[in-house]
Amino acid sequence: MQRRQFLVLSAASIGGVLVYSLDRNAFRLAAEERSVRIPLRFFTQDEAMIVAAASSRIFPSDESGPGAREAGVVVYIDRQLAGPYGRDRYRYTAGPFEEGVEEQGYQGEANPRQIYREALRNLAGFDQLTPADQDQALTKIEDTEFFKLLRSHAIEGMFCDPIHGGNADMIGWQLIGYPGPRMSNLKDVDQHFGEAFRPKPAGLQETFGTETRLHPSEDEQ
Amino acid sequence: MKTLPRTDVVIVGGGWTGLLMAKELGARTHLSIVVLERGAPREPNGYRTDMDELDYAIRLRMMQDPSLETVTLRHHPKQRALPMRKLASFLPGTGVGGAGEHWQGFCPRFSPDFFELRTRTVERYGAKRLPEDCDIRDWGMTYDELEPHYARAENLMGVSGKAGNLNGKILPGGDPFEGSRSTEYPTPPMKMPHLAEMFRTAAQSIGLHPYPIPAATISVPYTNADGIHRPGCVYCGYCERFGCMIGSKAQPSNTLLPVIARHKNVSIRTRSNVRRILHDQSGKHPHARGVVYIDSTGQEVFQPADLVILSSWTLNNTRLLLLSGVGEPYDPVTGKGTLGRNLTHQVSLGATVFFDKPLNRFMGAGSSGIMVSDFDADNFDHEKLDFLRGAKAVVASSGARPIASFGAVPGSVKARWGSEWKKAALRYYDQTGSIHFSGEHMAYTSNFMDLDPTYKDHWGDPLLRFTLNWQDNERKMAEFLGARGQEMARAMGATEISLPGKLGNYDATHYQSTHIQGGTIMGKAPAESVLNPWLQHWSLSNLFVLGASTFPQNPSGNPTLTILAQTYRTADAIVARYLKQPGPMAG
Repeated sequence: MQRRQFLVLSAASIGGVLVYSLDRNAFRLAAEERSVRIPLRFFTQDEAMIVAAASSRIFPSDESGPGAREAGVVVYIDRQLAGPYGRDRYRYTAGPFEEGVEEQGYQGEANPRQIYREALRNLAGFDQLTPADQDQALTKIEDTEFFKLLRSHAIEGMFCDPIHGGNADMIGWQLIGYPGPRMSNLKDVDQHFGEAFRPKPAGLQETFGTETRLHPSEDEQ
Repeated sequence: MKTLPRTDVVIVGGGWTGLLMAKELGARTHLSIVVLERGAPREPNGYRTDMDELDYAIRLRMMQDPSLETVTLRHHPKQRALPMRKLASFLPGTGVGGAGEHWQGFCPRFSPDFFELRTRTVERYGAKRLPEDCDIRDWGMTYDELEPHYARAENLMGVSGKAGNLNGKILPGGDPFEGSRSTEYPTPPMKMPHLAEMFRTAAQSIGLHPYPIPAATISVPYTNADGIHRPGCVYCGYCERFGCMIGSKAQPSNTLLPVIARHKNVSIRTRSNVRRILHDQSGKHPHARGVVYIDSTGQEVFQPADLVILSSWTLNNTRLLLLSGVGEPYDPVTGKGTLGRNLTHQVSLGATVFFDKPLNRFMGAGSSGIMVSDFDADNFDHEKLDFLRGAKAVVASSGARPIASFGAVPGSVKARWGSEWKKAALRYYDQTGSIHFSGEHMAYTSNFMDLDPTYKDHWGDPLLRFTLNWQDNERKMAEFLGARGQEMARAMGATEISLPGKLGNYDATHYQSTHIQGGTIMGKAPAESVLNPWLQHWSLSNLFVLGASTFPQNPSGNPTLTILAQTYRTADAIVARYLKQPGPMAG
């Protein structure tokens, strides 16, 4: 049996932020804790470190605010790849696989898991590079299917409902002033013209509690 | 194969049209009616906790599962058709209610001249103006014939809006170009969020005629003639790609299912996947005998029926007739055959506009917004232009959700990832809007559907194949609309504008609209069309086909209201005429 892999994150970089573990329990990391170990469902620890570093160059933590690292984008991607999406449960995967024109869309046989695994092999050691060298390495692969997926997944992991493992502490929503699913905007929709109206964010679990359904993008077997 | 007990009527597909037909026949006759739906059952108001952008809007949880069946695409016959391996450019539904559950709720009527497109266009501009392979048609039914049924469909859903032409009188605030209406909208227009209000003011300032989008996401509580009560919209912004959390948006599940449940003569069988229509063309009276389907236990069964209604959306309406050998498939070389021809997809373009103030655009509803028809249909003179027809301009405040909305930046920012992009994307996140154009797509002899010779579905049947591309008329129209978009954006006070690029080849990789049409078109003569103007098959008179597969060409407006109106008209014809004297009703 494969040894269980963990993502070890330094608490210094994400101190004070909620982290969603893979069993959907949230816990808050205190700055004084040295590190946190998050069990991985799909990635190896080395792969997870590369994905964490690369998604952090796409959506960096910088002077304009927190980014992929704080939102837990790597945890989100790990779960998505472990679930039916990662193995192309909902894609037409019958052959023959032929090269097409761009407007016919991705025609490859590889599913997201295979695309990541292959690309990450070629990026071995990426997380050890300087940010400038990391950017250069990513620029070289900008047109690949892997990069397209990674960029989309970084945005998804920033702004999805926290039940999916990303957007920890609703940090992505706080960053853009998105309140999450609100049951009514009836009184406000034609008010506040020209001013920012920013209700406090709440996710599905805060809004619906135990009624929140399990979601097949991760849970369906 | 097991043969089930005979039923009077079998309806293939439990979406808007199939369930409306079931409701009408169920209420007005004593016929036994069976609806066969390939997907899962749904409950009225079953969407309360489903406001999850990732699963619904990005992973497309409510849509047809492309791993089971999809379509292939090629731009022309010399190219190899390849499968659309993921849904993107259009999103068919599945399950009870079909795409009617996750629609956006726009309910415009079509322009009166659209029903007589060939005649009117040739009258005004001469036959020489039509592109060489253009195949636009008259429908064999006029706006005036459809008008009372439009009113019924609006009343069924409680559509919110403002009449622009009431009994021939032009009223301020509505669409002055619309056909004459016999009734005002059942409910008043929706509230207008900031972006939509900015567009209304701007459009007025440059002499256009803005009006509220006719909306099935209704503005106030409403009770229809069936006694179905729905609440007013609360502008949560989770409409298109979702079922309505509170049941404000008219959906088959909340508008038709509760009525059907009152009629014991109607039954709905879910997870029942129809594979073939069986027919007998040997005798004096060619007819459909019923349908073969795979039931929820995986058994193939035969359901005999006296009347077969096909209402399984454009793709499967066409494919089931092709697979069943009903009618002559279209041959683009000889021009013979009617089945599969006149494939169209609405022309869809957007200008992205950037502002210097926040828009609070998380608030809104699928169809809260403003439309402009000044550049639609033949509402402007095409004498000196190099294209025919036009588009509706739309600014909808549909409720921006963050995964799909994040990342738009003005053209001056070149980066698509990293700090520079992130900073610009954050700044503009709530300061971005879109002016959308949905344009007519004329039919051409070169755009059609047939069965793919290579790719198969989950059950081993050939996939449907699209041969589809844009032509000069759409490309020139798009250029013209881009320039109009720029004028509108300037009038809105936009600081920067990203115009749509040139319309290249038909692109299956990004969403345009779910308005794929044609394949089983209606018309005036059996040599020209699959169906007569009553949507009755020309050769099998006990087979009717419902939905936008019947449209000879693609309008600028959203099709749902019109297909419901057509369904009412056909239901009337079946009850009043066909059942009294079964047989062909036209020709």
